Amino acid sequence: MHSLGGRAQSTTRTRTPGEIVAAATPTSQVGRRIVDRTFLGVCIAFTALAVLLLVILLVSIWQDGHARLSWQFLSAFASRKTEEAGVRAPLWGSIWVCVICAVAALPIGVGTAIYLEEFSKRSRFRSFIQLNIANLAGVPSIVYGILGLTAFARAFGTANSEDPITFGQPESFFYLQLPFGNGVLAGGLTLMLVVLPIVIVSSQEALRTVPGSLRTAALALGATQWQTTWNITLPASIPMIMTGGILAMSRAIGEAAPILVLGVPLFIRSTPSNLMSDFTVLPLQIYNWSMRQQSGFHELAAAGIIVLLAVLLTLNALAVIIRHRLQRANG
Amino acid sequence: MRPIRAINAFLVAAVLVSIAASPATLKQDPKNLKGAVRVDGSSTVYLIAEAVAEEFSKVAPGVNVTVGMSGTGGGFKRFGNGETDISNASRCIKQPEIDACKSHKIEFIELPVAFDGLTIVTNKGNTWAKQLTMAQVKKIFASHETAKTWKDVDASWPDDAIKVYSPGTDSGTFDYFKEVTVGKEGKIRADISVSEDDNVIVRAIEGDKNAIGFFGYAYFAENQGKLNAVPVVNPKTGAAVAPSPTTIEDASYAPFSRPLFIYVNKASLAKPAVAAYAAFALDNGAKLAAEVGYIKLPTVIYERAKANLAASKLGTQMLDENGMERMGILADIYK
Repeated sequence: MHSLGGRAQSTTRTRTPGEIVAAATPTSQVGRRIVDRTFLGVCIAFTALAVLLLVILLVSIWQDGHARLSWQFLSAFASRKTEEAGVRAPLWGSIWVCVICAVAALPIGVGTAIYLEEFSKRSRFRSFIQLNIANLAGVPSIVYGILGLTAFARAFGTANSEDPITFGQPESFFYLQLPFGNGVLAGGLTLMLVVLPIVIVSSQEALRTVPGSLRTAALALGATQWQTTWNITLPASIPMIMTGGILAMSRAIGEAAPILVLGVPLFIRSTPSNLMSDFTVLPLQIYNWSMRQQSGFHELAAAGIIVLLAVLLTLNALAVIIRHRLQRANG
Repeated sequence: MRPIRAINAFLVAAVLVSIAASPATLKQDPKNLKGAVRVDGSSTVYLIAEAVAEEFSKVAPGVNVTVGMSGTGGGFKRFGNGETDISNASRCIKQPEIDACKSHKIEFIELPVAFDGLTIVTNKGNTWAKQLTMAQVKKIFASHETAKTWKDVDASWPDDAIKVYSPGTDSGTFDYFKEVTVGKEGKIRADISVSEDDNVIVRAIEGDKNAIGFFGYAYFAENQGKLNAVPVVNPKTGAAVAPSPTTIEDASYAPFSRPLFIYVNKASLAKPAVAAYAAFALDNGAKLAAEVGYIKLPTVIYERAKANLAASKLGTQMLDENGMERMGILADIYK
């Protein structure tokens, strides 16, 4: 803000605002109007194009898939017969993985953002971390899939995957094993890697929107750095952090590549019961169906896309509601 | 009260009988089975494995079968790490993959489950292409020496433009055809009409005298009256052979047919669920393979596979001492 203001001041010393505008646009009143209108028209055209493409996509998917949508489609497991096939396993798999991803990514991501914005001093080390996070946000998700496979599913090869260290019985709710194998925990943590940079960057942006005067006021009243962050800065930025978090979850639930790399099965007739359970996710099931030759499977794929979109929109709606509540609570 | 008492008496008797039954008979009742069977590998065999898993889950609802599709090579990689119980393969295991299994002390049993066959089809009115050599097939389908007309393939054939139809480029059928015709690195010509739906290909070739295309044999079998199946000259014997269950089974129809396998980890067989699944796959493989578009093996091979499974006969029979693939009729190789 400071530098911008300075530049504006320095230019007004040499030229009046009217002269600046005049230099950049045609002199005649009519010419200026035409440029103005054309620019508006181009903007509207581009917006319309984007909306049109989305509408075409939605309509064609709806036409292909709506006939397959039924309770049976949601409650049935995968089948080679199109009329018996459903999305029960991938739907629950997606939900499990997404929840694990959120539970893991939000605390770590927001914590990192708070450290970088509120606590760390300007140093080489900080800008090094900052640069890396920005770069990680652009890394293709399949790379994180390979990292997840090595780190979570195989534990860097330190343990024998054929004979894992186990805690509890495979049937129990709290069953754990090391390495994780390709269960929902490994899937959720892999997606956490994918979305972590996004969560960190968006949380940092959120924290930056909190006016510095709020912090200084709290500090002036004798609050510690921690009290200021916990009671003032974080509550003020939570709505924006939530928005970023939900966008990240939306991305996570649509990812197929990193989950595919984990070696997740496509055919599965059970829903997850603990963190080590086998699972599959909606994008994979859609991919699998759309590759089949019979057109019945293409209809199933379209119906699967509708379900995925519905889950996404539900997530977004939930986020909007929570954000509104929090905003109202904060005044 | 009387009928209820009768039912109670019956239940008590049933419990007593099941307690008295030996563990061996309990093992054979799939309803009591529990546990997981992890299957991964070839996308071609996936269709059979999916059908087997679905049917198996009906007789053994307590068993959780998962089937992945990492491809034959990817499946063997996981199999060699001990991550899966069964690996699906659209070719036999290779020496480096056997070595990888050995380094993790994994022993396996090789079981053939079905044949995959491709058929090259033409219009009923095509009177000239009575047979094709592999060189001619390459001329018609490969990208670098593309024949524009039938005359380019054989000088005595009509000077009409060839129209080529093919299943979707991401289908296993297309990959297999490409691999056999132009190799893994080669390319199929770009000016082909592609359809994911085999019915569309059938209709297109039915209506065009100069058309040629290909798809899985099982699909041709359903449409035999409508199209010609072109005999392909076997590169080893020099004889032109038309595809049929007999010629695919005895491997005289080559190179467009191949056996499909499943490989079972011997250590996993100790789990009753895995043993039951493997046995179920061999018992029902013939029926289900045909249902999803493949060709069943000769009964004798299923019998041998069952015997090998029961006896835990280890290793591959498809490679010779030098690690080279054995050629010939499956029934002669697989004992």
